Order: sequence, then structure tokens, then C-alpha cells
Amino acid sequence: MDIGVITIFVLAIFVGFEIITKVPPTLHTPLMSGSNAISGIAIIGAILATVVDGDIGMWLGFAAVLFAMVNVVGGFLVTDRMLKMFKRK
Amino acid sequence: MEKFVDIAYLIAAVSFIYGLKMLSHPKTARNGNMIASLGMLIAIVATVFLGTNLDLTMIVSAMVIGSIIGAFFAVRVEMTQMPQLVAIFNGFGGGASALVASAEFLQGADTVFAITAITLSVLIGTLTFTGSFIAFGKLQGIVTTKPVTFPGQQLLNALLAIIMFACAYMILQNSADGMILFYIILGLSALLGILLVIPIGGADMPVVISLLNSYSGIAAAMTGFVLVSTGENSAGNALIICGSLVGASGMILTQIMCKGMNRSLANVIFGAVGGDDSGSTGGEGQQLNIKSYSTEEAAMIFDAAEKIIVVPGYGLAVAQAQHAVREVAEFLEGKGKNVLYAIHPVAGRMPGHMNVLLAEANISYDQLKDLDEINPEFEDCDVALVLGANDVVNPAARTETGSPIYGMPILNVDKARTVMVNKRSMNAGFAGIQNELFGYDNTIMIFGDAKDMLTQLLSDLKEL
Repeated sequence: MDIGVITIFVLAIFVGFEIITKVPPTLHTPLMSGSNAISGIAIIGAILATVVDGDIGMWLGFAAVLFAMVNVVGGFLVTDRMLKMFKRK
Repeated sequence: MEKFVDIAYLIAAVSFIYGLKMLSHPKTARNGNMIASLGMLIAIVATVFLGTNLDLTMIVSAMVIGSIIGAFFAVRVEMTQMPQLVAIFNGFGGGASALVASAEFLQGADTVFAITAITLSVLIGTLTFTGSFIAFGKLQGIVTTKPVTFPGQQLLNALLAIIMFACAYMILQNSADGMILFYIILGLSALLGILLVIPIGGADMPVVISLLNSYSGIAAAMTGFVLVSTGENSAGNALIICGSLVGASGMILTQIMCKGMNRSLANVIFGAVGGDDSGSTGGEGQQLNIKSYSTEEAAMIFDAAEKIIVVPGYGLAVAQAQHAVREVAEFLEGKGKNVLYAIHPVAGRMPGHMNVLLAEANISYDQLKDLDEINPEFEDCDVALVLGANDVVNPAARTETGSPIYGMPILNVDKARTVMVNKRSMNAGFAGIQNELFGYDNTIMIFGDAKDMLTQLLSDLKEL
């Protein structure tokens, strides 16, 4: 197993903690829905999974793309909808 | 061509990090979200157009269906239902990760690294999927909000986890039919997700949603390891990076929610407290000497006040009174008074929920203050207006060691010159305990529906 991927994993967690702690409580709901959309990055794995041999594998890939896309599109849209409302007088 | 895909994933990862960074201020947040979504678009387009042997018709149709479903919910959802929506989206994210890992298993993964990653990915992804739907059910009132517990529950959960890892080990040893073992792992993960969420009460849902949010990220990161194990290095790395970001984010929010309730995560998950919103279990306590005022009398107190702090609770959102609050506040500001809002971390049904509900009512975000910011402000505050909040202003949290909410950080409304509490009735709060604040000398009660009360208050203020 390549230690490189573990390195990336650990460093990314640190980056995550660093930037997320700077998000003010006011924006925690949009943070949640926005980060939710980002976890939809599983879609690229899903697209690659559709080439798996056999019918079952293909349908699993199809379902994965569909699920991830709900996450991506819904997540970014609803986050934008919320952030649009944050105004200052 | 491979290089282009790698670069596209790098751009995507950077734009996610930068986008999240821009969420550190409401002014830049919206652009940050745009940048993140652009990064996602680049990643998806690169994967589709630079991939080989892809069945484009199938992929595009799945994308179109998914987009329509996602957009439909995103546009239609009401802000009060945001926790339900986030719960569902968490579920889809976890589900997608588990499906990708399953497909890779069918492909014939057999190394220790691959099987371990697949098992973890399926376990976390699937339990996020089923757990999220139970959380959705609880928030929506379809599933009971009361904690569902039975003897040996923890033992059963531990047993399920052990069986799953035993199955994974047997797959590696080739000692039984791999497919059957895999289905056992899948089924038990689904069951575990349900078992982990049903014992948690309705009041603890903010913690659960944050935790499931974190799980959906961790599941994506695990799926990244699966992809790396099958040679899809750059896609795998992208999933690991993005999944870790989301995992960290959910973890931080979980901690904040736990701190807001002065509970440990273990206590929330295994404690099975709260959620009994019948309000009948209120302690007898001492007889409180309550002063009930009319809105007319309240209007006169407001007229003399200079600094007013509004303390909104979820009861306000239930009464749909956010706009009525803003109208009253605007009128008072017009008279030269200073109006602020004190937002407790667990004021809504998910982290930051109350802020969104108030922003929706056009309340300026710089008037919304969090706990640490606002608490010193109560000392020289003339009126603290408590609307539909109860436990988060209960002074018992400071002094009564025996109280279930002892140690929970509260808003120090009792330090204000006058505390005005609006409630529908004298029922106890979520935690089911009586609030001695209501009997304090400087506290006055105004009973009634929040919206009606505020509308009446506004007209009384105008008549002065």
C-alpha cells in the first residue's frame, strides 16, 4: 500500500479543520449543505464505476451517479438560495 | 490525456478549499459557493469527456434524473425544513459512496488494502444512508422523536460490527462465497445505521445530522481509497481530499453542537435522553411568582428602552413569526433604539439554522450575535425579549448541579434590566424542566402565540 495516499488523507483533514474553524456560526447551515455538495465528488468514482463489467455493476454505477448528482446539484443550489438571503443593511 | 484529468481534479480540490475559505464571511460566501460548484463542474466534465469506454447515454441520463430531483428539492424546500433536506442529501452522498465501492467489489477486488477500503466504505456509506433516512423521519415526525431503546442495544451494535469485519476477513481468506459475505456486510451496515439513530431523541437531532454529515465525507474518503486500490489514482486522491474536508467539517459542527448542550458525543449517541416533548415531566419545584403583562404594558417598557436584545427560539420559527419580529425591530430602530439578536448554538434544529431563518426574514446578519459575543451585552441591556426559547435561557444551567441541563452554556438574559418572555403556555421546555427565570423579579410574561403577540405589540407601539 502506498503511504502517499495516507499522507494526502491526513493533510487534507488538517486543511479541513483549519478552514472550517474560521467559518462563523451564522453560516453553519450553508456550510453544511455546501460541504454536502462537495461530498458529492463521489460522482467521479461513480462515473468510472459504470464501466464495470456485467449488468449489476453497471446499474450500481447508474444509481451511484444519480445519487451523487442529487447531492451535487441540490447541495450547491440550496446553499446558494440560503446565502442569497444573508444581507446587511 | 490522463494528465488533463489529473489537473482537472487538482483544480477542483483547490476550488473546494478556496470556496470553503470564502464561507468565512457572509459577504464572500455566495461567491465561494459558486467557485466550489465550478470546481465540481470541471471535475465532472473532465471525467466524462476524457474517460474511456464510457456509456455516455446512461451516464447523462442518470445525471439528468439526479439533477432534476436535487434541484426540485433545493428550490422547493422551506427554510424550516432545511434539517430534513440536509439529512436526505447526507443519505444520498453516503449511498453514492457505498454504491461505488460495491461496484468495485463486483469488479473483483482481492487485495487486503482493497477489501479493507471497500468494507469501510460500504459500512460507513450504507449506515449514513439508512441513518439519514431515520433522522429525516424523526425530524419530519414520521418516525417517533422519542428515543427507541431496548436492553442489549449497544451489545447488538458491537456484535453487528464484529460480524461484518469477520465477513471481510473471510472474503480475503476465500473461505466462503464472497458475494454472500458481501451482501451480509451490506445488510448489516444498513441495519446498523437504523439502530444507531433510533435511540436518539428529537432534541439531539442537530448533533446527529452533523455527525451524519461527517460520515458522508468519511465515506467519500474511504471510496477514494477503494479507487486508489484499483489503480484509479487521481480520482481516488480527489475523493480522499474532498471527503476529508467534509469529514472534518461535520466533526467540528458535531463538537460545537455537543458543547452547546454540554453533552459528550458518547452521551448523545448512547445516552438516550431528551426528545420527550410532552412537557408533562416538569419538576414540581417551588411555586413561581409569575407576572403576566399585556402587550400594551410591554409597549410602554419598550418605549423607555434603549438597548433591546431579542432571543429567538425554535418556537418562534414554528409560529412563523420571524417577519413579525423584524417589523417590531425596525419600528424600534426607527425610534433610535439599538436592537440585537442573541443566537444560541442550539436555537434551531441544526447548526446555524436560526440564523438562516432570520436572514430569510430580511434581518441584517451583523445584528445576529452568537453566545460569546452577546453575553457581555446583557449587562447594560434594557429589555431582553425571549421568544419561544426556554432551556437556553434557564439559569438552572449555571447553579443547579442536579438539573439535566446543568453546565449547558446559556444566554444570560436574567442580567438584563427587564426580561420579557413570550410563551404559549407555562409548559416546560424540550428538556422537560421548569424554568425559574419566569419567576424572577425582573421577568414579565406575555402569553400567547408569538406572531399574534408581536403584531399586537407593534400596533400598541405605534399608538404610543
